[in-house]
Amino acid sequence: MAEQASTNDLELLTFRVADQEYSLDIMSVREIRGWTRTTPMPHAPSYMRGVINLRGTVLPVMDLAARLNLPSQETGDRNVIIVVHLNGVLTGLLVDAVSDIVAMTVDDLQPPPDMASEPSMAVVRALTVIDDRMIRVLDLTAVVPNRADDAA
Amino acid sequence: MNLTVLAVDDSRTMRDMIRLALVQAGFTVHVAEDGINGLEVLEGLEPDAIITDINMPRMDGFGFIDAVRAQDDHRATPILVLTTESAPELKMRARNAGATGWIVKPFDPIKLVKALQMVAG
Amino acid sequence: MSDPMDPMAEIRASFFIECEELLEALQDGLNQLEDGGEDTETINVVFRAVHSIKGGAGAFGLEALVRFAHRYETVLDEVRSNRLVPDHEALKLFFQAADHLSDLVRACRDDQPLPEETSAALLDELDKLLGDQTEEEVQPQDFTPLGVSLDLPGLSDLDDAADGSDPIPCWTIHFKPAFELYETGNEPQMLLRNLCALGEAEVSCDIGELPGLLDLKPETPHLAWTIRLTADVDEAEIRAVFEFVEGLCRLDITRDADPAAAPEAAAPAPMPDAAAEPGDPRPATPSPAPEAAPKAGSAGNSSKSVVRVDLERIERLVNLVGELVINQAMLSQSLESAGLSPHSDAMNGLEEFQRLTRDIQDSVMMIRAQPVKSLFQRMSRIVREASAAVGKEVRLITDGENTEVDKTVIERLADPLTHMIRNAVDHGLETAEARKASGKTEEGHVRLTAAHRSGRVVIEVADDGGGIDRQKVLETAVRKGLVPSDAVLSDTEIDNLLFLPGFSTAGKVSNLSGRGVGMDVVKTAIQQLGGRISIASERHRGTTFTISLPLTLAVLDGMVVDVAGETLVLPLNVVVETLSLSSEDVQMLRPGANVVRVRGGFVPIYDLGAMLGYRPVRTDFTGCIVLLISLDDGHRAALVIDGIQDQRQVVIKGLDDSFYRAPGIAAATILGDGQIALILDPADIIAGNGPIRVPDRSLKEKRADHG
Repeated sequence: MAEQASTNDLELLTFRVADQEYSLDIMSVREIRGWTRTTPMPHAPSYMRGVINLRGTVLPVMDLAARLNLPSQETGDRNVIIVVHLNGVLTGLLVDAVSDIVAMTVDDLQPPPDMASEPSMAVVRALTVIDDRMIRVLDLTAVVPNRADDAA
Repeated sequence: MNLTVLAVDDSRTMRDMIRLALVQAGFTVHVAEDGINGLEVLEGLEPDAIITDINMPRMDGFGFIDAVRAQDDHRATPILVLTTESAPELKMRARNAGATGWIVKPFDPIKLVKALQMVAG
Repeated sequence: MSDPMDPMAEIRASFFIECEELLEALQDGLNQLEDGGEDTETINVVFRAVHSIKGGAGAFGLEALVRFAHRYETVLDEVRSNRLVPDHEALKLFFQAADHLSDLVRACRDDQPLPEETSAALLDELDKLLGDQTEEEVQPQDFTPLGVSLDLPGLSDLDDAADGSDPIPCWTIHFKPAFELYETGNEPQMLLRNLCALGEAEVSCDIGELPGLLDLKPETPHLAWTIRLTADVDEAEIRAVFEFVEGLCRLDITRDADPAAAPEAAAPAPMPDAAAEPGDPRPATPSPAPEAAPKAGSAGNSSKSVVRVDLERIERLVNLVGELVINQAMLSQSLESAGLSPHSDAMNGLEEFQRLTRDIQDSVMMIRAQPVKSLFQRMSRIVREASAAVGKEVRLITDGENTEVDKTVIERLADPLTHMIRNAVDHGLETAEARKASGKTEEGHVRLTAAHRSGRVVIEVADDGGGIDRQKVLETAVRKGLVPSDAVLSDTEIDNLLFLPGFSTAGKVSNLSGRGVGMDVVKTAIQQLGGRISIASERHRGTTFTISLPLTLAVLDGMVVDVAGETLVLPLNVVVETLSLSSEDVQMLRPGANVVRVRGGFVPIYDLGAMLGYRPVRTDFTGCIVLLISLDDGHRAALVIDGIQDQRQVVIKGLDDSFYRAPGIAAATILGDGQIALILDPADIIAGNGPIRVPDRSLKEKRADHG
């Protein structure tokens, strides 16, 4: 069963946010860059960290810890910004540190248990275990809100 | 055979298509966008054949043929008229104005090249 | 999408661009006809536009387009030849047909489904104009579009000599050119050669009619030829050689007796089209071209040399220039901080560099500038459709069509302008009866104008309708809870209520402008373009909406300021002056609302740092710097800032508002140090904060009204 078609293979970028391990499909990651000071946006939701200059374009940066309702950490030079693209739009995700890139198949993923009361679980689309550590696979479409959600 | 052709048409698309068809056949192509411009371009040029549209601003195809035929150098230069209609009246009118032959738009590039070779060499 | 290496794809793309130009010429021409321009060249232009679209469409096998254009052209040809004099209704149909033609062109271009039903309906209408003339010389079905393929085979079929084993037919051809054959530039030698190319030929020249040298008149044909052709061809193929000289020569083609062939083939073949004595040098029926004699100047075909450039390349250039400007700013910042003398070579060079950069930038921006004409033409269509939908007679008057604006601005103006035009037709103008009752012409007027005014583009949409019913507007706003019921508002303030989200004055929602889009959406769209919109209205006289836009979306003359540790940019043109406050300048109006005295007047004061959420509200404004700004509605406001850095041109970077749009922020820019600074929209900030009302004369007037 594990030896399925290669379309079932995927690579995950794993990273740490507020001492928790998360991951994203590497296909949605455009680049990883070091922390730079963000320009805050007035009256933005708390998870909107502001905007930075990404080679001449204005990139909105989201504080992933705040977005996931995790305790926000002190931000400094050790933080990194993962630049992801979703539906043609680039967004920066502020995380603590990037850990690894791991290859696996979809069969290694398990659906998260149904725990509706846990709001941050709504953005986790699957769980997996690497070296005995539980890794949450984020659902990018749920993490990056679209405007319609925001207005509601 | 390398023929030099002057193509006069007010439609850029048509000019582009004529040029493409003829350049692919190895011809040298000069273009003009109406009768007046055609006469300007014709100056100092000795084309083996001329292609002209009928409906054009400033000077139409009939006027252009008239003017070309009035020049001693071009009394015998073959002139093919581009016409969208295959109506016999238009052909007759073109011929009366001095046109050598006609090509019905939309033209088939092969026929265009063939027609030019028939009249000009 | 299209392969850049495929010349046909390129020509096809260029055909659609040409179509846009032709459609524009068509619109122009129809407008002129409507204005009573009876000059023959106008109808010629209109005819040619449709004709050329048809021609190109045929080449690409766009049958639906050809079919429609053909019928349209046929009707226009009737007008051209004075067989049909278009009345008001016919002109209306011509406009509709032009609109539809443009729909067809776009559908073909984008491979979208074609609006066949409209086609059929309009074709019927056009047919009605033609009346019984369906038997006219050009049969529509006569014209079969022919897709063009440009794979030229080696042309080898031209001289395919037949060498099959079947008995090869033998032909005898008698050919005697008439005078006109030479006159039309045909050459017997060429014809003979082409004939010989069909097979094996034996040519003999008949000089029997050649007179003696003394009687020989140059240019009078005396020669005749007899050709014996052995070729595997049929008669049609031989006739094809003589296609162009049909009727200009005597031509007899006979097939030699051949056991396999029918004996009657020897009968002279009929010569179609050339019934009357072909050999006779008939006087050519004179046919001077009457309709388009050289008419200097009138055709408006200015042969300006134009280069077509892919928009992407221009965008790239614009972006690069933007980077250049930023880089230049960075360089000057680092040179300044290096403590160089302002008279040093480096600083002088930098100044020159700055000047050049600015020149380059201006030139690049000009590449993108386009006249608003195409946009206005779209609006004339909107007026036609909107007026038909609500059953009003409306005339659109345009002015300043050649005003040039950045292409992007033009594109993004289409939607808001469409909405405003619909509004003017639907709500602005009264019904014909109401107009008549108040002594106006039954036909309503909408005036659309563009002009350059002090470095901005001003576009106005004005109607001569009933004007804004302010009482009704205010009632509606109160009913909808948009303003408190005891609110006392000036006329301007009431007019501006129209821009509030969720406001709609129409008692009943018409299917025209009541599409859930309000003027608030228009306002937002204009603001996103860095523009402003204002209203002026007079009861029974009409309403004018004025849009003021920057010439380009790419750069902005800004004032760079510090607020709560952040760097912000304000559009320079709103800033009236800067003031430094002393303790007695600021007066409290009510808690949380302060005013500053400026030369005898009171101006509301806004604490930018607090409004943007950067810091708590200040209570003491002593020592603060304020920018006195002027808003579109004529109000002034004082913005508290911490300091002014400088005034400079900044490159505007769009903010991706796909998941968050900050109120009061128009865009962003990149500073010399690579940091992003936000560009403020002062009017939006103040609107978002709830305007502070300051007693003014209009308020007193209101009081008097109500008192």
